[in-house]
Parts: sequence; structure tokens; C-alpha cells
Amino acid sequence: MQDEDFVTIRLTVNGGTHRLVVEPRRLLADALREDLGLTGTNLGCEHGVCGSCTVLVDGQSVRSCLMFAVQANGHEVMTVEGLARGGELHPLQQAFWEKQGLQCGFCTPGFLMTAYELLQHNPNPSEEEIRSALSGNICRCTGYQQIIEAVQSASQAVAGASATVPSGTGA
Amino acid sequence: MKPPKFRYFAPRSVEEAVALLVEHADEARVLAGGQSLVPLMNMRLAHPDMLVDINGISELAYVRPWDGGLALGAMTRDATLERDTTAAARLPLLVEAAHCVGHPAIRNRSTVGGSIAHADPAAELPAVLLALNAAFEVRSRSGSRTISAQDFFKGYLSTDLKASELLTELRVPGLPSKAGSAFVEFSRREGDYALAGVAAVITLDEDGTIADARLGLCSVGPAPVRPQAAEALLRGQHPGDEAWDAAATAVITGLDNPPSDIHGSADYRRHLASVLTKEALASAAERAERNR
Repeated sequence: MQDEDFVTIRLTVNGGTHRLVVEPRRLLADALREDLGLTGTNLGCEHGVCGSCTVLVDGQSVRSCLMFAVQANGHEVMTVEGLARGGELHPLQQAFWEKQGLQCGFCTPGFLMTAYELLQHNPNPSEEEIRSALSGNICRCTGYQQIIEAVQSASQAVAGASATVPSGTGA
Repeated sequence: MKPPKFRYFAPRSVEEAVALLVEHADEARVLAGGQSLVPLMNMRLAHPDMLVDINGISELAYVRPWDGGLALGAMTRDATLERDTTAAARLPLLVEAAHCVGHPAIRNRSTVGGSIAHADPAAELPAVLLALNAAFEVRSRSGSRTISAQDFFKGYLSTDLKASELLTELRVPGLPSKAGSAFVEFSRREGDYALAGVAAVITLDEDGTIADARLGLCSVGPAPVRPQAAEALLRGQHPGDEAWDAAATAVITGLDNPPSDIHGSADYRRHLASVLTKEALASAAERAERNR
């Protein structure tokens, strides 16, 4: 019989399913980092201000420091580790690399996940829309300019890639 | 920073949630979007013995037409309200204000009911719902009661809601088709708590004078503010700078001790309240003129 202080939950993270036994007070961020070893998600302020711990739950960006792991039971989580495919950087990661959208890199996972959600909804955002979408993420190094440029560059790369997909496939 | 231990319950229905709250009124807190409560718990400023997580109660998440206006389920996320086409058509002021709540990742979780029940004086929706003459339905074991926004907000983080009650629905009456509305706020960074914010609703008469004016302010006192003296001054006036200046003066005269902190002094908040009142009124009047 299970100790009532602990709950068993099932999380799908980056496509893989995990069974975890956690205290209800276990933050999603800590479950990802400590229990699953996914340390790409960084914890900055731990009260929802800095955006560093942003992950996607069912495709929507959330602060993983403001959600309990038990609340993600049965849901799909995507972290920064889920962006690259087979060792190949996601276009957003590639663009952050090329435009130098980072210095120390601590805030980068949060920026990437927030920008990922933005491009899912709005593949060709204006600079103003990018700034608004990223307004909840703090970067103390770059001054933001290169981050904005990286997201613009990634949106063009994604648009370019989909434009070159041969027509008639899969129809 | 880790939250203190608590017992966790995730009811699937309103009945189940109410039963838990009635039984554990002294120790339980309701967990809605968690965007205010969880930071407080992480910092150990709040340490509830028990959480009743209502995120699994799908019957509480809806935006429905109601009596010319809208009925919002308490668990409606701000991100949902922000994109709702019925809300945009009926009460664009709500959509405009929902867009100002926090950042996108906050709005994906934060709920309209949570904002009302938490009653942070800096929050947008309490001030806007006060201006819109909204009423809130709360459920308890003995049934339900409806509380007007005017009676609901009691003071700093304090409302008429009892620990054994669950806020279930926000009812917002519609506006006359000729009304115009606007919400404006000022914050240091987009999405941060506003240093001051103003909601304005203006209805114009056939002759272009102001038939009705309503205002709601956030972040300028211990609770959201409805400056009725300023509203009364505006009725019968012609829209324009003279009327806006008089209303703004009445607004700041009536303010009772705006907060003073590292982000802004009380005087600065009074100044912002004045500037933003004029801006919101001018914008609402312009929209009312277009609807006329």
C-alpha cells in the first residue's frame, strides 16, 4: 500500500512515458530535473518571474516552478531536450547559435520553449509580437536584441524549409 | 525554495470540491491556476495544510453568452478569454484586460476565478469586473449565492468569499450597443504587475453627450477602486479634455492611500491614475463615437 504522503504519477516527457512517485509538493521543474535528470530546464527565481523554467504542457508554455508534478499527471510535457532531432539542432537552436542569442545560456531553455510556442501559433511574427511573447523571460546577458534576431531568423528558416517541401507528398 | 508539505485532493466535480471545502474549511485552500498561490507557497508565505486542486473540474471552464453579456466559468484561463470570439464581440473590455494579465506562459495557467478570489489589488480583472457591474456565483453545501462585485472585494487580498465556499461563475452584464470601453495600464515591463491601471466604459446619448460613464482602477489602493464621484461628474458632459481633466481630478481626490513601494511612490501612482484615467476615457469615448 502506498504511503499517503506520496502519489504515483505518469508523465509523458519528450515522447517517453515515465512513472514517478512524488510528494504532492514536488514542483514539476524539480521532477524534471531531479527525478528524470532533465537538467536542461533551469530554475531561476522559483516564483514565476524570470521564465527560465518554461516548458510546454500539452503544447502550452507554462512556468514549471508554478506547477506541481502531480498536476502534470497524464499530460504531455516537452522540455528543451525535446527540441533537437537525432543530434540535429532545431531551427530555433540553430538560429540562437548563429545570431549569438545567448551568452551564459542560463535563460536560453526558457527562451527557446517560449519562442517555440510562439512560432507554433504564429509562424511569421513581427518584431513587436516576438518582444511581447518573450516579455516574461529575463536575460541578464544579451540585452535581448540578438534573441529577437534569432527568433526572426528561425521563423524565416522554418518558413523556408516548409516552402521547399515538395508539393503533392502525402496527399 | 520549496513549498511546505500539504495534502492534495483533485476533485472532478463542483459537488466533490465543495464537500472537501466544507469538511476542511480551516486548513484547505483552493488551487486554481496557481500563478499567485504557488509563488506564495514557494516563498513559504502561504502554507496551507491541504490543497483542493480544481483544475480537473472541466465543468468550470467555459465562456457562454448570458443576458446580453457573458457567463465565465471560474476555471476559464486568461489565455482562453483573450482569444474568445464571443467575448471579443460582446465585451471587448474583458479581452483587452485579459491580454494585460501577466505573460503568455502565465495566462496559459491563470484563471479568471483565481484572479477574483485572490483579489490582488494590482490585478486587472477585479477592477474591470467592478466597472462592468459583474456578479459572482459561489457554491456551498447549502446551495449557491450571488455576490455583486461591489460587495465582493473587501480589502487587501480579502473578499466576501468564505473558506467553505467555491467561486464557480462570473456573470458580466452586457453593455449598450453604443457603449465604448478601454483598459490601459502602466508597468515597468510588459506583463508585470501594473503600477496603475484604468478601465473605462462610456455610453453616449443621441446628442453626443455622455449618458453613462464607469471607471475601475487597479493598483492604487488596498482593493480595486470604483470612483463613483468621477463617474457622476461625467454624466451629461460633452466628451473632451475638459471632462476628462475634471474626472481625473475627482479620481485622485478620492484615492485612499495608494501603495508606496520601490516601484513607485504613492504620489507617482496618483499621477499615473490621473494620466491613465484621461487616456482610458478618451479611448472609450472614441470607440463609443464609432459605435454610435
